[in-house]
Amino acid sequence: MSMNAAAASFAAAPRGRLADNVLHFVRVLRTAGLPVGPAKVLDALAAIEAVGVDNRSDFREALAAVLVSRHEHLPIFEQAFDLFWRNPRLLEKMMIALLPKVHGRTAEETEELPARLAQAMLPAPAPRPEAQPEETDLDATFSFSAREVLQKKDFATMSVEELAEVKAMLRRIKLPLPQRPVRRTAPAPRGRAVDMRATLRRSIGAGGALAPLRYRARRRRTPPLVVLCDISGSMDRYARMLLHFLHAITNDRHRVHVLTFGTRLTNITRHLRHRDVDVALARVADAVEDWAGGTRIGHCLTEFNRKWSRRLLGQNAIVLLISDGLDADAGDGLAFEAERLAKSCARLVWLNPLLRYAGFEARPAGIRAILPYVDDFLPVHNLESLTDLSRALAHARPRAEPAATLLH
Amino acid sequence: MSPSSAIPASVDATVDLLEHENYVADRRLATAVFLALKLERPLFLEGEAGVGKTEIAKVLAAGLARRLVRLQCYEGLDTAAAVYEWNYPRQMVEIRLAEAAGGVERSELAHDIFTTRFLLRRPLLQALAPEDGVPPVLLIDELDRADEPFEAYLLEVLSDYQVTIPELGTIRAATPPIVVITSNRTREIHDAIKRRCLYHWVDYPDAARELAIVRRKCPAASESLAREVVGFTQRLRALDLFKAPGIAETLDWAEALVALDRMSLDPQTIADTLGALLKYQDDIGAVTPEVTARILREMEAQAGA
Repeated sequence: MSMNAAAASFAAAPRGRLADNVLHFVRVLRTAGLPVGPAKVLDALAAIEAVGVDNRSDFREALAAVLVSRHEHLPIFEQAFDLFWRNPRLLEKMMIALLPKVHGRTAEETEELPARLAQAMLPAPAPRPEAQPEETDLDATFSFSAREVLQKKDFATMSVEELAEVKAMLRRIKLPLPQRPVRRTAPAPRGRAVDMRATLRRSIGAGGALAPLRYRARRRRTPPLVVLCDISGSMDRYARMLLHFLHAITNDRHRVHVLTFGTRLTNITRHLRHRDVDVALARVADAVEDWAGGTRIGHCLTEFNRKWSRRLLGQNAIVLLISDGLDADAGDGLAFEAERLAKSCARLVWLNPLLRYAGFEARPAGIRAILPYVDDFLPVHNLESLTDLSRALAHARPRAEPAATLLH
Repeated sequence: MSPSSAIPASVDATVDLLEHENYVADRRLATAVFLALKLERPLFLEGEAGVGKTEIAKVLAAGLARRLVRLQCYEGLDTAAAVYEWNYPRQMVEIRLAEAAGGVERSELAHDIFTTRFLLRRPLLQALAPEDGVPPVLLIDELDRADEPFEAYLLEVLSDYQVTIPELGTIRAATPPIVVITSNRTREIHDAIKRRCLYHWVDYPDAARELAIVRRKCPAASESLAREVVGFTQRLRALDLFKAPGIAETLDWAEALVALDRMSLDPQTIADTLGALLKYQDDIGAVTPEVTARILREMEAQAGA
């Protein structure tokens, strides 16, 4: 159907038809993952009424202005629009054809969730499913993929109870970041600046006679935390455990962003935000495509610096780089990107599981390239090291001498 | 055509309005602007630095004969700087005078002190309750620089067009101002704000539109120079740069070349003036003489074809 014919078809349709179609279209967008609430339908209809339906491109831009609120969503909208307003039936068919493939995991999830809920409900007043002894069984069906858990990995050689226990403990680790002053103020008895408003109020209360001065001081707030977690083959078993930890800190505070990298960079913050750790990790597994593959740290840091650093590294952000530093590109261009990363954040902390070896030497090119620019270089291989990490962060001084001493 | 304060009646009229004020907009942007005016919704413009987001608000103010009220955001922006503040020195003088005159009740004094007479009106209040009664264009610039508490505060302002001053009560706009919010996306703005707005991503212009902009904004540049400048900048954007040049940079560069009396581009001139276009040393370093030569060759080939 040509553009004009399409336009004519909905121009000729009575208003009710159009409203139905818009409603349907909004639903399609929602299925495709755009955050459009029901209120948007009315907005969309008002917008269409304002621009009219004579010009297809105006019609489309009007809908876009109302229904899209993120730049990333624009391509999805455009594809959906082209398909839908050409032939709504066609799109429906396509969605049906695509759904099992695209949302395979989601479908599984919805099927399995009731089973899980049922299990959780079985012993009548059961608390959260995690507290159940069956935890590990459930965990197997919900971890990254059942097949991989079956492979006897290192942490899988721990006993089932130990594993569950460690995960539960990981979830409880808090990460106390040092608070930094922000530019916002709050009333404070020992503040530096006089709070004129409060003082004046007091002074009127005292009948205009002498009144004590009131003060304000800068508020303090924890800085944003950005975690770059290496999920390549060599980091596999640590990354899997650490994700539990990352899930806990993501849900514990605002302004935590988590990105994973192997051969490509994936922002998994949104997926980790789900309160339930199993659901969250299942979503992560869906989102991350380069699990347990190679590593291209330099390439991924470049991408981070280009695409994300300006959006995430404001307000004295602290960066946790979790990686063993073993890079397939042998450190090409890595030093340059590491330097840029270090310069764009307030503190760069490198967590490296290789540090657990007593005789660790910074031999590999990747490690040598990054090391001069990190502020803290810490191990991350067991619970103790994570506790040490929170201690190190809590007492973080302003940027100190970098940890380059290991290079000599 | 003299500017009138009536809002345009159609998308075409909006294009004309922007055009009349020397803003070359694509139809997409004009549609968003038209809808914002028609539906009385804030317009949320997001995009890289230097693509003309702020300019929209200025152009709208000029084209609709409204005052432009600008609120530049920064971290820690609070109500005292954004909405209102009491004029403390005057209040203190008033208290002293009342004391000197004697016989004033305390409660009455408090009542007299917190009146609009002692209120310093900051941008948001100016926009909601304009002194001349004509709703202005309110530009909330670079909202991403403000912190989350201010964003949360904005929600009340943007949904009901009202602010609450504890001592005075709620002040509500008789007619809502035209609101334009810009963001450079140095962080994501909360969805709650975006939901109340019409969203538009301002992209780099294509070659034809950029040429039209340069011709309009920098008439001193000859047609051929403008064409070369635009061609070069467009190709530069295709390179893998940390910060690609925006339209503002293109215009700066065109003006710099005019000031240097250049009629066309040559490698030496480009090397000397690249600082007008690229603002990161790494990017300037990446545009080596070889890259410049390659781009110039490509442009020549295309011009010849």
